[in-house]
Amino acid sequence: MNIAACIKQVPATESKIRPSTDGKDIDRTGLSYVVNPYDEFGVEEGLKIKEQLGDGSVTAISIGGEKVAEALRTCLAVGSDQAIHIQDDAIEGSDGHAIARILAAALKKSDYDIIFFGRQAIDDDSGAIGIHVADLMGLPHVAGINKLEIIPDEKRAVANRQIEGATEVIEISLPAIFTCQKGLNEPRYASLPGIMKAKQKPMTVLSLSDLEISADSVDSSKAKTTVIKIESPPARSAGIIIEGSPSEAVAELIRLLREEAKVL
Amino acid sequence: MDFNFTEEQTMLRDMVRKFVDKEIKPLAQQIDKEHNVDLVKSIFKKGSALGLYGTPFPEAYGGSGMGETGYAILIEELSRGCASTSVTIGAHIGLAGMSILIGGNEEQKKKYLSSIASGEKMGAYALTEPGAGSDAASLQLSAKEEGDDYILNGTKLWITNGDIADIIVVYGLTNPELKARGGITAFIVEAPSAGFSANRIEDKMGLRGSATAELVFENVRVPKENVLGKVGMGFAIAMETLDESRLSLAAACIGAAKEVLSMSVDFSKKRVAFKQAIASFQAIQFMIADMSAEIYQMESIVYRTAWLYDQGKKIPREGAICKLFCSEALDRIVDKAVQIHGGNGFMGEHPVERFYRDSRVNRIFEGTSEIQRMVIAEDVIKNGSD
Repeated sequence: MNIAACIKQVPATESKIRPSTDGKDIDRTGLSYVVNPYDEFGVEEGLKIKEQLGDGSVTAISIGGEKVAEALRTCLAVGSDQAIHIQDDAIEGSDGHAIARILAAALKKSDYDIIFFGRQAIDDDSGAIGIHVADLMGLPHVAGINKLEIIPDEKRAVANRQIEGATEVIEISLPAIFTCQKGLNEPRYASLPGIMKAKQKPMTVLSLSDLEISADSVDSSKAKTTVIKIESPPARSAGIIIEGSPSEAVAELIRLLREEAKVL
Repeated sequence: MDFNFTEEQTMLRDMVRKFVDKEIKPLAQQIDKEHNVDLVKSIFKKGSALGLYGTPFPEAYGGSGMGETGYAILIEELSRGCASTSVTIGAHIGLAGMSILIGGNEEQKKKYLSSIASGEKMGAYALTEPGAGSDAASLQLSAKEEGDDYILNGTKLWITNGDIADIIVVYGLTNPELKARGGITAFIVEAPSAGFSANRIEDKMGLRGSATAELVFENVRVPKENVLGKVGMGFAIAMETLDESRLSLAAACIGAAKEVLSMSVDFSKKRVAFKQAIASFQAIQFMIADMSAEIYQMESIVYRTAWLYDQGKKIPREGAICKLFCSEALDRIVDKAVQIHGGNGFMGEHPVERFYRDSRVNRIFEGTSEIQRMVIAEDVIKNGSD
């Protein structure tokens, strides 16, 4: 099986996120980054399938600046065979649609049987890219899977996804795209020998021209969606402590609920 | 000058941190309360699957060649979670493994160091005796030549991993006249061995999940091929191993210090007194500032010295300085951490109480603070102040 896992580098979960001064992005100073946890499920599932079948290859793919190489190297350290790093200044400010187009172009370069995405990235939570890529590539997809069984001889897979109060079991033909939900697996740690080997594994850097995509077409001015504003949630105002005897306090509480909060 | 960690070093840190957060921290309180060496052993096994114990060793012996810097990173991170686990792994790598790396011949390194690096076998280092602690040169365990073997008789005390190790580096007296000047020899003893027994010592102030043992040798036969290096070289091997392991002990102090600082900051932001979070009081802030300033100093000297060691420089003075400063700084830091936590910090359910107890031994084992000062002063007086 030829397996791809698309990953995104995101601020570490424990990071303190603040809007940037222009209010259109987050302030990235001093942030540390990790591989999006949902995407790690995809890498792990790819490695598990490869191990179960005893052959195949797992390719980690990502888009972004220089720093993204670190996230890809982490995927190599846990066991991915190679990485593709799509890096181009023109991608700065691209919207989800453009990102999906770029990924689809990169994925088309090789015949992948299975393509994994996380169900969402924990930074923007848009949850759109995997499904968008499936649409652009004309591939079937199952979103938010928590179990996957591959039947390689029949080029088929059976995926489970949790829906309200039930489990949906979906059969799908390969090649296909899956977005991964928590519960699918427990991602392994990188091993020390894996870390030492990571640098020797192939990492291909592709630009937009390598993918035959014009820089102009992914420019923020062509974006179909634009982030207008990112703002912190409003600070919670302090609570009110009502003093007095229980009967006085209850009377006062009812008055406040009626007159101030207007909920009664 | 470049103070950045390499990409591999950063990945090592991230990997160990994840491992500690998920596999060690949730068990650390239980390990301490139950003196649960079995839990530590199960963590040890998980660590071997990740190749952790090969961190400082050359690739030829199954290591990763990440040197002392890599090893310091490993120990620092482990110490954020659980001192008992960190000390178990430290004795395994830094004392047993390093003795063999420093003193062993090719065959010994292939046979013993490789199985330590893989974690297949657990190592211990037995130098201290009931009558020879700081004054290690006066050790009494006798090693008499008999045919193709040496016969070991005597007692070792407070040996970390002593009753759970498979490979023990034992220092014995082959020539009572010469003592430290060529009379002490290091032996690789495999456990179990006929005549060898180990008794767990349970009642310790801290490190309650680390196996500390008294080792008794009654006519234990060790083949001559298990003499580490050469006969009479034992004291030199023991001391050089300690130079290196003192540095990793200092790295352990950094991990513990960072952890209690982070606990203290979290606590002080949540704990309300006089209608405000205690973090807003200058008295608390000054403690936090002092803790942070000391941690910066600890990090600066330890990683500088690790770098020196990786350049091939011997570090008797520097290792002793790191050990002395970091162990004493850690005691000041855990003391402040308990103070910030107030009554909570005195209670056994709070991890800061465990860190307070676990920290104290750092000023004692692997050479007391007083011994470190002697080592430093002797070196400065002999070789100058630079």
